[in-house]
Amino acid sequence: MIEFDRVTVTYAGAKEPAIRDVSFTVPEGELALVIGRTGSGKSTLLRTINGLVPHFTGGTLAGRVLVNGRDTREYRPRDLADVVGIVGQDPMAGFVTDTVEDELAYSMESLGVAPDVMRRRVEETLDLLGLADVRDRALTSLSGGQRQRTAIGAALTSHPAVLVLDEPTSALDPQAAEEVLAALQRLVHDLGVTVVMAEHRLERVIQYADRVIEVPGGSTAVTTGLPVDLMVSAPVAPPVVELGRLAGWSPLPLSVRDARRAAVALRGQLADHAPLRPVPVEGRELAKCNDLVVAYGNITALRGVSLSIKAGEIVALMGRNGAGKSTLLNALVGLVTPRSGTASAAGADPRRTRPKQLVKSVGLVPQEPADLLYAATVAAECAGADSDFGVPAGSCQALLERLAPDIDHQQHPRDLSEGQRLCLALAVVLCGAPPLLLLDEPTRGLDYGAKRRLVEILRELAAAGHAVVLSTHDVEMVAEVATRVLVLADGELVSDGETATVIAGSPAFAPQVAKILAPLPFLTVGEVATALDRAS
Amino acid sequence: MRAVHHLTLPRVLHPGAWWLWALGLAVAASRTRNPVLLVLILAVAGFVVAARRSDAPWANSYVAFLKLGLVVIGLRILLQALLSTRSQGNTVLFTLPQLPLPDWANGVKLGGEVTAEAVLTALYDGGQLAVMLCCIGAANALASPRRLLKSLPGALYEMGVACVVALTFAPQLVVDARRIRGARRLRGRTRGSFRTTAMPVLEGALDRSVELAAAMDSRGYGRTAQVPRRQRRITGGSVLLGLLGIALGVYSLLTDAMAFPVAAAALAIGLLLAVGAMAYGRQRVTRTRYRPDPWALPEWLVTAAGAAAAATMIVASARGMNGLVLAGPLVIPPVPVVPVIGLLIGIAPAFAAPPLTRRAELVPA
Repeated sequence: MIEFDRVTVTYAGAKEPAIRDVSFTVPEGELALVIGRTGSGKSTLLRTINGLVPHFTGGTLAGRVLVNGRDTREYRPRDLADVVGIVGQDPMAGFVTDTVEDELAYSMESLGVAPDVMRRRVEETLDLLGLADVRDRALTSLSGGQRQRTAIGAALTSHPAVLVLDEPTSALDPQAAEEVLAALQRLVHDLGVTVVMAEHRLERVIQYADRVIEVPGGSTAVTTGLPVDLMVSAPVAPPVVELGRLAGWSPLPLSVRDARRAAVALRGQLADHAPLRPVPVEGRELAKCNDLVVAYGNITALRGVSLSIKAGEIVALMGRNGAGKSTLLNALVGLVTPRSGTASAAGADPRRTRPKQLVKSVGLVPQEPADLLYAATVAAECAGADSDFGVPAGSCQALLERLAPDIDHQQHPRDLSEGQRLCLALAVVLCGAPPLLLLDEPTRGLDYGAKRRLVEILRELAAAGHAVVLSTHDVEMVAEVATRVLVLADGELVSDGETATVIAGSPAFAPQVAKILAPLPFLTVGEVATALDRAS
Repeated sequence: MRAVHHLTLPRVLHPGAWWLWALGLAVAASRTRNPVLLVLILAVAGFVVAARRSDAPWANSYVAFLKLGLVVIGLRILLQALLSTRSQGNTVLFTLPQLPLPDWANGVKLGGEVTAEAVLTALYDGGQLAVMLCCIGAANALASPRRLLKSLPGALYEMGVACVVALTFAPQLVVDARRIRGARRLRGRTRGSFRTTAMPVLEGALDRSVELAAAMDSRGYGRTAQVPRRQRRITGGSVLLGLLGIALGVYSLLTDAMAFPVAAAALAIGLLLAVGAMAYGRQRVTRTRYRPDPWALPEWLVTAAGAAAAATMIVASARGMNGLVLAGPLVIPPVPVVPVIGLLIGIAPAFAAPPLTRRAELVPA
């Protein structure tokens, strides 16, 4: 169905090709998973499939891409619209109309499909993706999962043979990701659609893949293979695979279900060795909310939240999209005004503190790290931060050097990869050395390597007496780093406790290791490894 | 009778019908300065809006335009009070302190005596403009701007898409600007500059535009039949010329800027050009339309109601019927029977337009 023949893409003005000498085939009806680090060229590879590269982006393409027998050199993206449906990273950015039904019909209108056929296909797609209840809703009023499904539906209605998805679940909470993946499963199994998907969250998708295309970036060659074969040696792997490697299971299980069946012996071995968990050093109180109520118009975002966070803690804030996580973080830095109740950060009321002093007590890295960045180069940004926070010149630069050593300081902040941009924003915020550090969804778009580095940094900060609060959907990251978990639902705090007690029991929030080894209280592969060491 | 012709079967009325009805009322308002008739038009429009508006965000625009109208009236009265001379009448209401002006401003007066005639004239003139604004507000409240753009003729499709995209982007820009202003606080800055506010917003908007363009391209936007470039240019030019003619004709019909025959001719030629070019331009459009809004009996009735109101007033004013224009500012406004009946026809859409579909979850099983 898709055939890449020695494809090399070089963007205009770039020294190095974005992808080099790629050859592979994806047969009809398969689900191919594209993996690789951020910035390794995954998106370029995906956009080559429908001709956006090079027709839309510019640059040179050497080699040949055949999709359903059509050569992308001769067909523009619009002429491939009936063969390839593509869903971008942010579904909202690709919406042309304003309601679900109109959006589903848009491609068909462009292709000139007859009105009665259009009507029928829209109804079919609404049922297939479970969108019938929201058919006349405005796109802006949808939840993240619904948006993603609408975007998939919009690509599907023109009955393309190939569906291309760029990180369909990375911005979604676990439940919404399940919805989307279930819908994709259905397409592959029932309709025989060929799906090519890039995703960082391997733990969510690896079990569904028929084929893995690994894009290592740089000059290393792209490899393809069966998921089981590639996972044995892949540098990035989900916890289930790492546990399998640790325990030496063969064949390597890719799903929790398979791993559970293989883990009977391991569970017996670990039964008497509860994981050692460091008791968090509890310092002075750095954040406090008392019966906090925040409302936007007639929507209540937080209803009566009380909490207290102490130095040395790393607190994970979890809950559905729209549960009030961002609002809580914003309230702690005074970006929103509480309707009643109080919020204080490092002893000060953030609404009444001047920004200049406030940044010395609390720092927030917003969901869009780019909002914090103004300068035209990384170096200028660092210099600006030094003067903003009144610290000696070079402080920010030194911090950045530690967080992300490989950044080119002459680059524009917007040209950095997602992970690098986060590190830059983090370095800027850390410049003021705020005792309380807040991070709003820091793991969006981060690969495993970048996440591991972030975990190390957060641990260091906590050990140095900072309190860290991060809102996230990434349960594996939470299991790895958090000492305490708060779960928000509909603006209320529904659970507050140690990580192990809160997430291990929950079906949605339990990390893979906990699911595999339940009822044993293990959360991460690292814990299992140390327990095994002690056992032997 | 086909389902679309039913007056009581819930569905959304064609936005074009609402606009034609509202324009009819606006034309009617342009023919009179009698406050009784103006208030009647306001009430008719308000009644229909109350009866047939949806719960969409734009449905409140009638009230917004009403407020704008009040501002217009207020401004007009204020200016008149400040600048008026005794030319309109002699009933002095009160005297403001007068500013002495230099010689070259001879004939202009600032402050001084304020007469009842001047204030009332300003009130009626401003009222007329305000009522016309409210008619536009009624159309805005009743018809979704996006649906209206969707029903543009095929030849204007690209323009329509550009407007739809702008409609989506404008609120997004406001959201972005607010977010970025908040983020400035996080950098410890109190004041913003172009660099720290406008630049990030513009950069974000640019990124989003590129993203949207890529999405539209991959979804088949711009697939057209092959038409020679010269023919395309001629069609485009004729559409523009035609629209210009229509605008000129309507403007002069409403304001008496040109003689009636000239204005009517401009309107007719404009309509002919635009319609012809659009019909011709359809050739290169290969798109189809998903669930187009039907134009059936309710649409005809709504349009007719607006046309009837306009026609009554135009005929009445052409015949010089009493009561459309007041004899003087201070007389008690009369109630002319025929125009009142004509305007009351304008209320028909409150019953002739089908009710709106309620959301399924709001209807008891």
